[in-house]
Amino acid sequence: MVDFFLGHYAYWFTIILMCVGLYGILFKKNLIKKTIGLAIFQASVVLYFVSIASKWGDVAVTVKDYNIPVEDVSNYLNPLPHTLMLTAIVVGVATLGVAFTLLIAIYNRYETLDEQELIDKMK
Amino acid sequence: MIESHIPALIALTFVVFALLIPAFGVWRTEYSQPLSVIGSGLAAVFSLVGFLNYLNEGSLRYFFGGWEPPIGIEFVYDGMSAFFVLVINTVAFLVLIHSRQISKMEFPGKEMPYYSLAMLMLLGFNGMILTGDLFNLYVFLEISSLSSYALISIGDRQAPFAAFRYLIIGTVGGTLYLLGVGFLYTVTGTLNIIDMSAMLQLSEIFDNSAVFAALILMIVGIGVKAALFPMHGWLPDAYTYASSTSTALIAPIGTKVAAYILFRIIFWLFSIDITDAIAPVSYIVGILACIGILYGSIMAIAQSEMKRMLAYSSISQIGYIIMGLSLANPLGFAGALLHVLNHAVMKACLFLVSGNLRMKEGHSDISRFDDSYRKKYPWTMASFSVAAISMVGLPPLAGFFSKWYLALGTIDNENWLFLAVILISSLLNAVYFFRILEKVYMMNPKKDQKEAAEAKKNEAPASMLIPTSVLAIALIVIGFANAAIVGFLFNIFPV
Repeated sequence: MVDFFLGHYAYWFTIILMCVGLYGILFKKNLIKKTIGLAIFQASVVLYFVSIASKWGDVAVTVKDYNIPVEDVSNYLNPLPHTLMLTAIVVGVATLGVAFTLLIAIYNRYETLDEQELIDKMK
Repeated sequence: MIESHIPALIALTFVVFALLIPAFGVWRTEYSQPLSVIGSGLAAVFSLVGFLNYLNEGSLRYFFGGWEPPIGIEFVYDGMSAFFVLVINTVAFLVLIHSRQISKMEFPGKEMPYYSLAMLMLLGFNGMILTGDLFNLYVFLEISSLSSYALISIGDRQAPFAAFRYLIIGTVGGTLYLLGVGFLYTVTGTLNIIDMSAMLQLSEIFDNSAVFAALILMIVGIGVKAALFPMHGWLPDAYTYASSTSTALIAPIGTKVAAYILFRIIFWLFSIDITDAIAPVSYIVGILACIGILYGSIMAIAQSEMKRMLAYSSISQIGYIIMGLSLANPLGFAGALLHVLNHAVMKACLFLVSGNLRMKEGHSDISRFDDSYRKKYPWTMASFSVAAISMVGLPPLAGFFSKWYLALGTIDNENWLFLAVILISSLLNAVYFFRILEKVYMMNPKKDQKEAAEAKKNEAPASMLIPTSVLAIALIVIGFANAAIVGFLFNIFPV
């Protein structure tokens, strides 16, 4: 049991991060804070992908360790999830860019970023 | 020669035109719209060539850079994707022709970035349909979503807030999908759909609980994009407040592409046996679709603004498509795909009509419609009538046949609940469309005879009228040609 908890510690942190992000998205009233929650939520999935790539006692592909033969793939971590996440990070940055642009447009029109106030002003 | 490169050419056309439009736009903004029409027209021609090629020679797998999957990335051009690409590119082509006048009215001076974004969004949709790689699909999903957030935010005063809410919920959906892909990747070690679906058949892999979790995450994530019932909250505001062109471009295409991904995931990737192995997932999805159908129809009756009514009606119509998916028999499948075609054409036609009315009257508020419209806009209102009657589902128009095959599918499964939902919602559709037809065609002329006599023909310009009429005529043609289309759709049902 203890092994299960300690052996997967990276995943526990990912789950906590994901819950923090979801909490921000669902319960924060300020739109900037919602956006921050969204960024945390996306980061948690990125970290999940990064952690599935690693193994105990492995070496990154870019580190050339002469003690480990190149054919011995099991000693190297899997580079594919890392490269995938480079794209996902870019997507996340673009999402934040669009989100903040929209927030600027909202603020210029309504002069508030509080969700409840916005809904009241729209009626 | 060219046929074997069609999948890449379609995507490439949109990339090239997304870059060409800003390049020309810096000195001539007015070139943006013609360029976007050329781009989408070229893509529509390519998809037609590809479709004919599929009919002659069967499906095509395009390996990028000559790398064979699972190492390389591929585009898959089979019957399903050929059909979808043809539908969405043709509809987009007509909508972009229509947009010339209304874009000048609704967002003057912003044409260049607008049409460039429209090309990017179509690139995303085409890529989602064509790609054979799950992570690639995520990237295309985000390309199309990010462009559509921007397109929706151009519009009324409330549009940025509607776009922002869509952004939050849409990004959560996309991220959940990505997490599902991650689960599947850890279990199978591949991202290629064909490769992965072969592995998922192995019992030691699909017994892993991560596979079921991945299925649920992907259905929820894509369900957000498809506006499946509990995840539909973003749709009405986004479609109502966006400019007429954005709505006409996104509404017929966006949710259909998401529904296509659901089809791919449930039928091609997991196959229906694995989907229903642990819990009756497809039945639950069907129930959600039924609730969506009824909810969308009832909310549509309550709306007085035409675009908002059509938005709620979209929620209800996407329900039909997903219901056909959940039936998982050839009749339901054919009905659902025929409804994809019909709904894309009908919704595009109806949103173009609302665009014509906004252009000429400055509003599309149903309570202010009156009998003078039939004199002022004879062709626009005739197109509206055809699309509305097709929406309700009266033969021989297209909408009848998709509902007919869906109904046959429910009978085939002995699923009387779904059958009842189809029938009830057709009646509800009749309520909210016929009240407009009644106002325009049936009501007695106004008491004020002078004003009625003054109502002269004041039809929308030809560039707007022709796409609207072409879509309306297409509904009649599809209605008569339904046997051929359904025959084709039966053939692509995965056994």
